[in-house]
Amino acid sequence: MNTATLFGLCSAALVGLGLFGIIVDPQPLRKILAFNLLGCGVFLLFGVVARRGAEAGLQADPVPQALVITGIVVAFAATAVAVALVLRLFSMSEETELGAEATSKMEAEGDHS
Amino acid sequence: MSMAAVATTPSGYLLVLAIMWPVVGILISFVAGGRNIARVASIVLPVGFAIALAVLIAVVRDEQSQIYVVGSWAPPLGIALRADGISAAMMMTTAIVMCATGFFAHGEFDQSPGLPEARAPLVFWILLFAIWSALNALVLGSDLFNLYVALELLTFAAVPLVCLKGQKETIEAALRYMLFALIGSVLYLLGVVLIYGAYGTLDLGLLAERVRMEPAAWIAASLMTVGLLAKTALFPLHLWLPPAHAGAPPPGSALLSALVVKGSFFLIVRIWFDAMPGLLSVAAAQLLAALGAGAILVGSVLALRQQRLKLLIAYSTIAQIGYLFFIFPLAAGPPVGMDWSGQAWTGGWLQLFSHAFAKAAMFMAAGLIAEALGHDRIADLDGVGRKLPITMLAFALSGLSLVGVPPSGGFVAKALLLVATVVEGQWWWGVVIVVGGLLAGGYIFMVLGKLLATPHVPLTLQDTVSRPREIAALFLAICAILLGFVPLQPSELLQIGR
Repeated sequence: MNTATLFGLCSAALVGLGLFGIIVDPQPLRKILAFNLLGCGVFLLFGVVARRGAEAGLQADPVPQALVITGIVVAFAATAVAVALVLRLFSMSEETELGAEATSKMEAEGDHS
Repeated sequence: MSMAAVATTPSGYLLVLAIMWPVVGILISFVAGGRNIARVASIVLPVGFAIALAVLIAVVRDEQSQIYVVGSWAPPLGIALRADGISAAMMMTTAIVMCATGFFAHGEFDQSPGLPEARAPLVFWILLFAIWSALNALVLGSDLFNLYVALELLTFAAVPLVCLKGQKETIEAALRYMLFALIGSVLYLLGVVLIYGAYGTLDLGLLAERVRMEPAAWIAASLMTVGLLAKTALFPLHLWLPPAHAGAPPPGSALLSALVVKGSFFLIVRIWFDAMPGLLSVAAAQLLAALGAGAILVGSVLALRQQRLKLLIAYSTIAQIGYLFFIFPLAAGPPVGMDWSGQAWTGGWLQLFSHAFAKAAMFMAAGLIAEALGHDRIADLDGVGRKLPITMLAFALSGLSLVGVPPSGGFVAKALLLVATVVEGQWWWGVVIVVGGLLAGGYIFMVLGKLLATPHVPLTLQDTVSRPREIAALFLAICAILLGFVPLQPSELLQIGR
């Protein structure tokens, strides 16, 4: 087993763990953490792809490395927006869980303000 | 799709302008501040419209895609911007909806003179410009990673629009939307890296030449599609949409429902028809259409059961998105006799454009009704039609397009799709189109009946409604109707660059 395969398997494990967390866990904050885990798996895969490009005779494939930097920035920004929303929700209601049925509350509310 | 000669065309600079101009608007907005934002918008919107019109004219005049090769670095190392027929038509639709929404929003997001500066107007206009720029980048991009960045920009602009009012419910809706979007974006990115690993390029044109039917390609395409479906809110990934679209302020709902969900749909079409044309198997196309059929039936039935007008319209969006996915089995098939797949292609896009106009108009009309009454409970809408005739007319005309009554864009779109289902021997989708039309008729006429009814107690409006804002809604509804006068045949514009 060479390094690229080893890291490829690591990335698959991270993606699997992240995907499990983001789907199964009901807590928004933990979903965001799971998203970051999943993201790490994807970024690692970019590294693996760059490494495989290197094995094909190039010094190292720079394109995936350029892409992964942008990917990390975007994932960071997404995390910041999501965490800001969770914080705002917490400051308004002292809870960070999402209700089971979102629309029922809006129906009950009825009035437009 | 021919990418043999990738070189900047004479009008190619327009594509850069289309993406840059709204960003320039954002930068000026930050400097000008909330007090002058309306004046900034009154310059940014018409110029943006003119750019979209210029791109459309250039594409039609040259009868070929307009291309701009960024920094003169040709793909695969560089990135090309490319406007084909569907991009140009999509940009034009975006520009029309943006300008009408901007006109409508003047009444809602204006800084009142003399009062301390409010935050909402500045944020709203900046988000509007950001959505415009991101959508233009999305329809012009021809590199999968570039498209990913455009998609994320679109999400980051759309999510705050949901919670602009800052109530707890809207923050919850925005967070729910954001979580779905996070899953969507990371699955899409996973697909992108698999594609790059397998083929060494992310350029759509080069991919079309290199992609083979193998596990790497179809796993990547499936991951990207599922991710994008979450952002498009296709059944069964639609749960986030109703609270988000119903909770946003009316101009925001109009943008989200009319344009934002279409951005990710556009990308799905790009992947399956442009990047991996040979990969769309019969089973995959039927599965996508089956999800679309599920969306039409579930969305329409849920719309019928709503008690609030804005939620009804939001569920109707879920149903109308479903029709778009019939494009996959119907337009991908081999031409039978006449160009029936071209007909389905035109029908699918017309459904997208007419729904964009009609749904924006409908959310605006619902916003005006809610403003005038102080609520939007469907049970208590008796007699609004007599008090707000223009608003009611806008609602009725856009409703007719959603149902598919001739003459309207919705009718032409559904008729083209219906004929294609019959001719291509996929009549089961035709049944869904007809049933969906009947259900849409049910929920639209239920509301119209209420609006036209005579109230038991005379209706008093809590607030007056400004005439120009009613006209903005009516204008978009008329656009949806006018699309009904395009000929019932494959559109040449939508085939340019294919």
